Amino acid sequence: MEKKLLMKGNEVIAEAALRAGCKYYFGYPITPQTEVAHYFAKKMPEVDGTFVQAESEIAAINMVYGAAAAGARVMTSSSSPGISLKQEGISYIAGAELPAVLVNIVRCGPGLGGILPAQCDYFQAVKGGGHGDYKMVVLAPSSIQELYELTVEAFNIADKYRIMAMIMGDGVLGQMMETVEFKEKEDIISADKTWAVTGTLMEREHNVITSIYINPEVLENHNLKLQRKYKAIEDQEKRVEVYNCEDADIIITAFGTVARIVKNVIKMAQKEGIKVGLIRPITLWPFPNEAFEKYANVPKAFLSVELNAGQMVEDVRLAVNGKNEVFFHGRMGGMIPTQQEILDKVKEILKK
Amino acid sequence: MARVIFDEERCKGCKLCLTVCPKGIVVIKEDVLNTKGFHPAGVNDMEKCIGCAFCATICPDCVIEVEK
Amino acid sequence: MKTVFKRPHALNDIQMHYCPGCTHGIIHRLVAEAIDELGIEGKTIGVASVGCSYNNYDYFGCDMAQAAHGRAPAVATGIKRVNPDNVVFTYQGDGDLASIGTAEIVHAVARGEKITTIFINNAIYGMTSGQMAPTTLLNQVTTTSPFGRKPEIHGYPIKMSEMLATLDGAAFIERVSTHDIKNILNAKKAIKKAFQVQIAKKGFSIVEVLSTCPTNWGMNPVKALSWVKENMVPVYPLGNFKGKDLEV
Repeated sequence: MEKKLLMKGNEVIAEAALRAGCKYYFGYPITPQTEVAHYFAKKMPEVDGTFVQAESEIAAINMVYGAAAAGARVMTSSSSPGISLKQEGISYIAGAELPAVLVNIVRCGPGLGGILPAQCDYFQAVKGGGHGDYKMVVLAPSSIQELYELTVEAFNIADKYRIMAMIMGDGVLGQMMETVEFKEKEDIISADKTWAVTGTLMEREHNVITSIYINPEVLENHNLKLQRKYKAIEDQEKRVEVYNCEDADIIITAFGTVARIVKNVIKMAQKEGIKVGLIRPITLWPFPNEAFEKYANVPKAFLSVELNAGQMVEDVRLAVNGKNEVFFHGRMGGMIPTQQEILDKVKEILKK
Repeated sequence: MARVIFDEERCKGCKLCLTVCPKGIVVIKEDVLNTKGFHPAGVNDMEKCIGCAFCATICPDCVIEVEK
Repeated sequence: MKTVFKRPHALNDIQMHYCPGCTHGIIHRLVAEAIDELGIEGKTIGVASVGCSYNNYDYFGCDMAQAAHGRAPAVATGIKRVNPDNVVFTYQGDGDLASIGTAEIVHAVARGEKITTIFINNAIYGMTSGQMAPTTLLNQVTTTSPFGRKPEIHGYPIKMSEMLATLDGAAFIERVSTHDIKNILNAKKAIKKAFQVQIAKKGFSIVEVLSTCPTNWGMNPVKALSWVKENMVPVYPLGNFKGKDLEV
């Protein structure tokens, strides 16, 4: 029998991870995601798992590297400034092809910034952040139910491709409470981990987990292998929600909790005879450009609404590829756009 | 009875073994050059070797095997 | 006649890249000998760090993971927590452990992680060609203290063993040297005991090994060993700082 509960986002993340078979969590307190750590601290002993409060976010990501190298399902979570600290570790995890799940409950920046929600880490997550040519799969849930489902999927994706999967939330998602229905038992896709460091038992050659290859030919081949992996993920793992876009006057694009506001804008606009569509990328990487290509010529224009100074809009423009105009509306510092504000912007664009 | 066997290709000519041999029989073979360009160490008066393994103990490159 | 000394099994049969006379080679062998004698190669996982020994994952026969600069104790924590029955060790130089990695080593020790650290103190940064280390001696000339280390500009050397001994999570801390046969054999004893402490689940074990860097000290390997004895030992006294009488 499936369980339906009213739960806080941060706690759902931890519960989802436990249900996905994650028994190792290493983290450090930072607002607004610390409840993830609290939940794990209480629940890990129940499943004979391990919770460690590390000395810093840097130490935590390196503990994740170690646990992943040893073949375990492992998670760490943080918020923007802490994610900045983890960038070196993220690059190492990518280079060493380790599976792991990272959660960013985004807050505003730059620097110490603020503790209210934002979406200003898009570039950091999908364009790099860490050094080198690497990617991580970035999933942006929009509801608590989706947060649970995508967190479980993140572990399966990570194991399947030996890649880091990030759940990009924001303070709204982390702190809000909504009903969530858990499955009786999760679909845990088991993966081959014969590459892990577990001890040779004197029965095999030793395994080496590393990201350094001094020989340039070897390193190029390694990088080409990573690129082939990323291409396979682009071919198979894009997720997007397309809503109300057929013959839309304008298509709004948004991710995460902002998309919920946009859905209300769509209802308001409909009352005034304006048809507004929504393209909601669920994977921020790989970016679902096909959805934009399909509708490129349908609306009068596209409008990207984000809690930042204009980040995902760049990928929207790339996907639309000059076939249409792409406008942007953003708020920062923890300010959330109202439905009216967005509708006014829609009308302003349509007047042009 | 004891003897030491030097892997001349592995030796880097660092001379640490020369300083610890209690019998003073470890020398650098100035007339030998290995493929890395080092003059390897070795022993000429093997009959004086006592198999103490001091040379092997201080060798950083596992060049020396000791038999007794 | 039978062989009484040869390369230990846990050290792979390949030439190591270290400079002629570098004590890394000796210490790698001592670690491998301890692993052989304790019969633990099949369940040991080593964590390589960043410095001249970055690639010692090629030299040890056990499973190895390479870690970011300074982070080996955190990586080792992750590995050990997943597989508590594995023997996990880190091998770190003075930049890795005493500079960028100070937080990681302090907290791994404070948590009493059951891992073993081999700490190579040669008072300088080797791989990056001779900069000052946190362990560089006063008045010692390096590429970033070209007129000698001066306390008013560069501060004072850090005595890691003494510092870590203040932590309850530390079970075994010993400082040893490689400057002559007696000290090398003593270092081996300490390294073996450190592994035994881990196997007996007593807590964190660390062996600080005074080592040479002939290339960046600007002297030949033989002179470098004397330099350790004459200059480093007075500043970094040898001996046990914790767990001397631990039963393993």
